[in-house]
Amino acid sequence: MPRFAYFDPHPAQAVTTQSPLHHFVASASGEGSAVALREHAFLDHLILRGEPAVMIDVVQSVLGLTLPTEPQTLVLGDAGSLQWLSPDEWLLIVAAGDGFRLQRALCEALGKSHFSIVDVSGGQTVLELHGECAVAVLMKSTVYDVDPGRFPVGKGVTSVFAKATAVIRRVGEERWELIVRRSFADYCLRWLLDAGEEYGIDYQPAKARVASARKSASNMEAVS
Amino acid sequence: MFHIYCPYCAEYREEEEFHPKGQAHIARPADPTATSDDTWGEYLFFRDNPRGVHHELWVHAVGCRKFFNITRDTRSYAILETYRMGDQPSVTAESMILAERDAECGVTSTATMQGVPS
Ligand SMILES: [Zn+2]
Repeated sequence: MPRFAYFDPHPAQAVTTQSPLHHFVASASGEGSAVALREHAFLDHLILRGEPAVMIDVVQSVLGLTLPTEPQTLVLGDAGSLQWLSPDEWLLIVAAGDGFRLQRALCEALGKSHFSIVDVSGGQTVLELHGECAVAVLMKSTVYDVDPGRFPVGKGVTSVFAKATAVIRRVGEERWELIVRRSFADYCLRWLLDAGEEYGIDYQPAKARVASARKSASNMEAVS
Repeated sequence: MFHIYCPYCAEYREEEEFHPKGQAHIARPADPTATSDDTWGEYLFFRDNPRGVHHELWVHAVGCRKFFNITRDTRSYAILETYRMGDQPSVTAESMILAERDAECGVTSTATMQGVPS
């Protein structure tokens, strides 16, 4: 019996995947916009759990990322982003189709260690706020102190967002990401459009649906 | 509203992110099948309700989702300290009495308040 149960969310046969925000249309004030809102849909999200001592070397060798062990930190690299969620829990976000391959590679490398890797791609989505007023929109929406002086690039927290919860992280000088639950995505987007109205928020929807398929069959063979 | 220090996130966070989970340091009887009904009933249902220093279990529900302990004064709602699971409190009813006695004698107390009202 295999030690791990694998589920490939991008099967060989194309299946249509729908963004939780598929029903929204573009909205823009028309005048100068001080904040832009975009969804980064269909990325692969993995939750890694285990003791830092167990994870650190494997994460470095498989992902080429330095495991963030300091609370509220985030690393960005070629493979994707890796964020501290709790002392033994991290969120890995990689390009669509990479998740399954990396999950297998991590499981193989971790071997008999005590760990868990769960694909949560279908359960959440990424929203990006970009522009000089992005922080002003966030200040209206969360109890966390997002003052840029207190919230440097590379910091990420899980906190209250509007009347829901979200992961809030700063990925660039004027670039912030929110990771929201699929079931809260509609509410959060409506909230952001309302909160951003006075800054002329500009929203362009992502591709609403894609026919998902395995990224590359040859990639799969490399780790199996 | 309070700012509560999460010992896992290592920073003060809004009270809204936390939930109280009752009295801390309740040890489960080691051998439930050999435990009397009285002892098991005490373990399951009976809790302290002190006037003054109380050790409580809290969870950082909208954060790291870890459980930890808070020592709180039930008279003033002041949070005296927070500490990780498995650790023992450094502020207790006894240590508070000693500190008060010292203060009366003019000795400066080293106890620090961790709960900062917002
Ligand atoms: Zn915490």
